[in-house]
Amino acid sequence: MLRFLLRKEFKQIFRNKTLLPMIFAMPIIQLFILPLAADYEMKDISVAIIDHDHSVYSQKLTSKIAASGYFNITAYPKSFNDAFEFIENDKVDLILEIPLNFEQELIVVKGQKLFIAVNAINGVKASLGVAYLNRIIADFNTNVRLQCIHPERFNIVPTIRVTSSNWFNPVMNYRYFMVPGILVLLISLVATYMCALNTIREKEMGTIEQINVTPIKRTLFILGKLIPFWVIGLLVFSFGLFIVARFIYGIVPVGSIILLFGYLSVYLIAMLGLGLLISTYCETQQQVMFITFFFMMVFILMSGIFTSIESMPAWAYIIAKCSPVTYFIDVIRMVILKGSGLGDIQYHFLMMLGFAILFNLWAILNYKKTM
Amino acid sequence: MNEVVIKTDKLTKRFGDFTAVDNITFDVSQSEIFGFLGANGAGKTTAMRMLCGLSTPTSGDAIIAGFDVYNQTENIKKNIGYMSQKFSLYEDLTVIENIHLFGGIYGLDNYQLKNKTDELIEKLGLQGERNKLVASLPLGWKQKLAFSVAILHQPKIVFLDEPTGGVDPITRRQFWKLIYDAANQGITIFVTTHYMDEAEYCNRVSIMVDGKIEALDTPVKLKQMFSAKSMDDVFLRLARKAQRTSD
Repeated sequence: MLRFLLRKEFKQIFRNKTLLPMIFAMPIIQLFILPLAADYEMKDISVAIIDHDHSVYSQKLTSKIAASGYFNITAYPKSFNDAFEFIENDKVDLILEIPLNFEQELIVVKGQKLFIAVNAINGVKASLGVAYLNRIIADFNTNVRLQCIHPERFNIVPTIRVTSSNWFNPVMNYRYFMVPGILVLLISLVATYMCALNTIREKEMGTIEQINVTPIKRTLFILGKLIPFWVIGLLVFSFGLFIVARFIYGIVPVGSIILLFGYLSVYLIAMLGLGLLISTYCETQQQVMFITFFFMMVFILMSGIFTSIESMPAWAYIIAKCSPVTYFIDVIRMVILKGSGLGDIQYHFLMMLGFAILFNLWAILNYKKTM
Repeated sequence: MNEVVIKTDKLTKRFGDFTAVDNITFDVSQSEIFGFLGANGAGKTTAMRMLCGLSTPTSGDAIIAGFDVYNQTENIKKNIGYMSQKFSLYEDLTVIENIHLFGGIYGLDNYQLKNKTDELIEKLGLQGERNKLVASLPLGWKQKLAFSVAILHQPKIVFLDEPTGGVDPITRRQFWKLIYDAANQGITIFVTTHYMDEAEYCNRVSIMVDGKIEALDTPVKLKQMFSAKSMDDVFLRLARKAQRTSD
């Protein structure tokens, strides 16, 4: 019996001339575009420098900032009030104020203070901007001390220098980190939406009524819905991983491909189950779209793709832990970048197995043949 | 006398405090064409859904093809065919694919499928449309096809819920010819309709008003009973008593 159901589903999917290209083309296009846009690095931070000193040193500092590549010095206002106007008009993200007698006091009187004001509307930009600027100033400071201060006056203060090396992503290429994550999101979208919409269509057309009076077991009917989209999910993922990620972004998985696909298989079953579950609670395509969209928003923003879930507040952390997407994003990064083995993702595997069983069992129970 | 294939006893369905089907009791024998009439909202579809095992009754009993509607619905489903008000074949599959799908679901093997398909296509004169999508067929043909698919597995009973709604008179006549053929093969026909000329074609007719069966007999006897000229008059007399507004 399953054979007939599968033949029907595949024929319907491949006959749908609008849906089929969308299933394949949309994730691929998005995989091309999204990682380029989702850039963590801050460039072109606008700075206004108020230079009250007009000395060689203040010039040196200014050119060091300009040369760093992170900043755009957009204005040299005369006073802080002028500079503040730039911030108010959103022309400038940062103000650096260099006080009068900066050079003199830096050399003669051991130290000097600089003032930084930040436009913190964009929190990430503000904190990164300050961090970059601090580093440049610290670096400048060290140079000043080495060059200009008389060696005899120079107290050798023991300082701790931290050297870090980036493991698993040595050049800190954020794309290595983002592309697998985005691939997971796209797969989730295809699986959940397609499965939910396909099932709700049968409800809307009334064909489900015809199926319900036949002796088909509900488990079998649900399997007939799961398997085709499971296969399509695997295909889309393979294309994304082996073609787009590899040839466009140069990502070659370090870990086992078999392990990754093994996990993907279970993950797809869980997400398809979620799609089915949604469709059993809905009556129309609009309802499905709306509810799935709600879940997708939560998945996109709370699954650790853009922000680390460990730094979320406790309640948000719990929500993130309830999202299957969180686990797969973790696993795909571990396997692709770090080469983690089955032992490392044991916990993730069990959780996903739990999700798959929960969603599908719930969907089967809720898919009532008798009302 | 033929064997009784549908037997209901005080069958009732309530939704909250609304009684959709109220204590209906009737028998239908094998090969009978049983007309199940009633105004919109009288409870026909609800009653039919209970008989098909799609909906569990609130109280009362019903035995369909020898099986109980409470706990033997899977057995009932193997022995009935069903054609709903809404068109129920897959529009995006071809004629042949629909026949194969439903034949396959009812467990016909490949040999049976092939024979049945050829037989059916020839009977309906669809040779030229074998591989056309069902969506492209005119409504009348779709309905004839849906009926033929519903009896493909030789069920004991076939339930037809307003099968000829929106179909032209010529096609309706052809449709009823198919119904007679099926009845001659021993299939019991349980049909709802709003066309009173079709009610005249039935062996026996029941008329439902506000969830209750108000009249049940052959069309001839019903007309005598209500001293009416046509089934139309009979129906109007009974249906006018309805308190419920139609849905």
